[in-house]
Amino acid sequence: MQPLELVSELSAFLPTESVLYEGEDLRPYECDGLSAYRQTPMIVVLPQTEDEVIKILQICHRTKTPVVPRGAGTGLSGGALPHESGILLSLAKLKRILELDPASRTARVQPGVRNLAISEAAAPYGLYYAPDPSSQIACSIGGNVAENSGGVHCLKYGLTVHNILELRVITLSGEILEIGGSGLDASGYDLLALMTGSEGMLGIVTEIVVKLIPSAEKAQVVMAAFDDIREAGNAVANVIGAGIIPAGMEMMDRITTRAVEEYVHAGYNLEAAAILLCESDGTVEEVADEVLRIGEIMRQSGAIEIKTSRDESERLRFWAGRKAAFPAAGRVSPDYYCMDGTIPRKSLAFVLTGIERLSSEYGLRCMNVFHAGDGNLHPLILYDANQPGELQKTEEFGAKILEMCIDVGGTITGEHGVGIEKINQMCSQFTRHELEMFHSVKAAFDPSGLLNPGKAIPTLRRCAEHGAMHVHRGEEKFPDLPRF
Amino acid sequence: MQDVIDRLADTIRAAHPESPLCIRGGASKDFYGNCTPGRDNNLLDTRAYHGIVSYDPTELVVTARAGTRLIDLESELLANRQMLAFDPPHFTESATIGGCIAAGLSGPRRSSAGSVRDFVLGVRMMDGKGDDLHFGGQVMKNVAGYDVSRLMVGSMGTLGLLLEISLKVLPRPSVEMTVTLQMNESDAIERMNHWAGKPLPISATCFYNHTLMLRLSGAEPAVRAAHLKLGGERLEDGDAFWRSVRDQTHPFFQSNQFLWRLSIKSTTPQLSLPGQQLIEWGGSLRWLITDPDLPHEDVRKMSKAAGGHATLFRGCKPSMDAFHPLSPEMMLIHRRLKEKFDPLRILNPGRLFPEL
Repeated sequence: MQPLELVSELSAFLPTESVLYEGEDLRPYECDGLSAYRQTPMIVVLPQTEDEVIKILQICHRTKTPVVPRGAGTGLSGGALPHESGILLSLAKLKRILELDPASRTARVQPGVRNLAISEAAAPYGLYYAPDPSSQIACSIGGNVAENSGGVHCLKYGLTVHNILELRVITLSGEILEIGGSGLDASGYDLLALMTGSEGMLGIVTEIVVKLIPSAEKAQVVMAAFDDIREAGNAVANVIGAGIIPAGMEMMDRITTRAVEEYVHAGYNLEAAAILLCESDGTVEEVADEVLRIGEIMRQSGAIEIKTSRDESERLRFWAGRKAAFPAAGRVSPDYYCMDGTIPRKSLAFVLTGIERLSSEYGLRCMNVFHAGDGNLHPLILYDANQPGELQKTEEFGAKILEMCIDVGGTITGEHGVGIEKINQMCSQFTRHELEMFHSVKAAFDPSGLLNPGKAIPTLRRCAEHGAMHVHRGEEKFPDLPRF
Repeated sequence: MQDVIDRLADTIRAAHPESPLCIRGGASKDFYGNCTPGRDNNLLDTRAYHGIVSYDPTELVVTARAGTRLIDLESELLANRQMLAFDPPHFTESATIGGCIAAGLSGPRRSSAGSVRDFVLGVRMMDGKGDDLHFGGQVMKNVAGYDVSRLMVGSMGTLGLLLEISLKVLPRPSVEMTVTLQMNESDAIERMNHWAGKPLPISATCFYNHTLMLRLSGAEPAVRAAHLKLGGERLEDGDAFWRSVRDQTHPFFQSNQFLWRLSIKSTTPQLSLPGQQLIEWGGSLRWLITDPDLPHEDVRKMSKAAGGHATLFRGCKPSMDAFHPLSPEMMLIHRRLKEKFDPLRILNPGRLFPEL
């Protein structure tokens, strides 16, 4: 169908400002948080009700128009990269908290509600929503469901999949699926798990019931400095081996602490090869007990300096540096590229050494921040997009890091999703049969294949060609192949 | 062990829709799910594929073969002061980890620690075509591809044969204490929900016969402080009590009538259904022992109205539905998934729903 015909069909039930199709209006939707990939959508729609979502999807179904859903656009893997002849479906205007029930500790929210807004609304009841991705000020809960977002506290409190109870989902053909329930489980297959992290490929979420948990009485953080990254890695294993599940356990290497200390003044030891932040939360008694034990383990693990936050402001200052790692990368370099592999923690030293080697091989600096408790590594490759060829070099560097993660038994993405960014590495992580099964799962929900096409799961043809790319050492065999 | 896998694959590839396979581990949950006649004739026995593949306590991950007995797996974890925090029931000693995942059942600790599916990190499985597939992995965070490993939890063997399962494990709490409080049912429901909203180390709850049982778990000072706050009389052998609830050896479960499992919103007031009830999971789980003549429709309707679903847990007969029926839209997705994973319908057909 011609764009203008679609526009007129959509305008029949959507207000003028909710249907965008002209140049400048479309610009903000060209990319998500992965700005290296851009594409202007044909049309952007911003429905305000579930009913409008259903009508939009029915039109797309009938006219065979691809649909790309978008939340707050903070995603880091290009999952919301528009389709050139498709509709970009923004859920940003569905932003109401429909119900907050302190007694059952749940909130029913629309997908465009910001992650942090849920915790803010629950705070008067002493409750909060646990997953706290670093973008929680801006990212939406719908996007969190699509990506199965985590955060620094997920070793103890879980990912999105552990913290939601119910979803209302509209399929591409416009049917309503009620998935999960108010109990702790539901009848039939666990479609709640399948939907979570499905990157907008299976259906459009219009309502989410999240669990709220009681805020801890107290939190305290132990900061330990190590002059050897291996010792820091062992310290993490020793804490867990002692039966402690910290609320958060983060590691930063020296290049990172130096980049952030300059303007955060967190008080990090800048000579240390690595800094560990280990947080304890719970009742006053629990925290007092745990912090003592953590400090002792750090000492025995060879920490050269240990500080325990004395009050809330010091605790926040210790964390400020970790939270500033990404912006700091942006300060010390014109551009940076964030990777997201997860590895078994025991392989940490091996992988970090490998990254160091690749860094000098490619002549690109790399900062390493690490969700140490759960093995999720975020190397930030620093580059300059204005230098010809540097983005390509960066992507190659990143791809090699991911393949190293697969080699040690890890995964190419811990929390950012595959999107368009890591689609080629999917061919390395999964076999042909497994990828076929993923396509089958998609087809069970979306037989027409119109929902977010070309993302998350590569076609077998693409993998065959990616394999060929390896053989030719980076010279792409099919340079004219569209990078969708 | 590859020879065992090859044999399983041969059996699957040779199976016909007229004589489908019944996947069985320790047979501890043979009573569970729809009663499908004649299933004993074509057993696919998983017990030969057993043993722990890898376990590194400091990684908090264990990978075990489906035929591994739960007691063997758990004693290995116990030796390292770790546990399966979802607290799986052992209806008999023969229970296997494969059956535990396929049935998707969790025990008393579930309401605080999470369910069996929350702890599944990855699976190796064989689909209805005999293809050997890996999904998820052995790391805590993994969003590459759809979460097929969690989809397998509770699928009752209708989507594939589980071969290996990777699970997150947790340290055992250093101290546990069980206390009993006398109160009526509606107060108990109110209290359990109230406390769940407070930072208290309550790891399990059970209400039966005017008595609320609470288990407190964690560091010794925290457990002691919580006991002071909540009061209640200390129960000597708390572990034995929670095991009896988990494994259904508690006197409440000793009955020849029907046992229903109602999974509903935790704040739902006392349910007026004939029979006896036992409440777990902070009010979210209501067990009902009742007369087989009670119309199923009554139990289903009441559960649905309470935001949940009802399972006929024990007593299911041929032509009865054990599990809560799905909406037509949901059933369509289920049917399509079954067609993709098991196109010939040779794996546990009908065990979950007659249509699958």
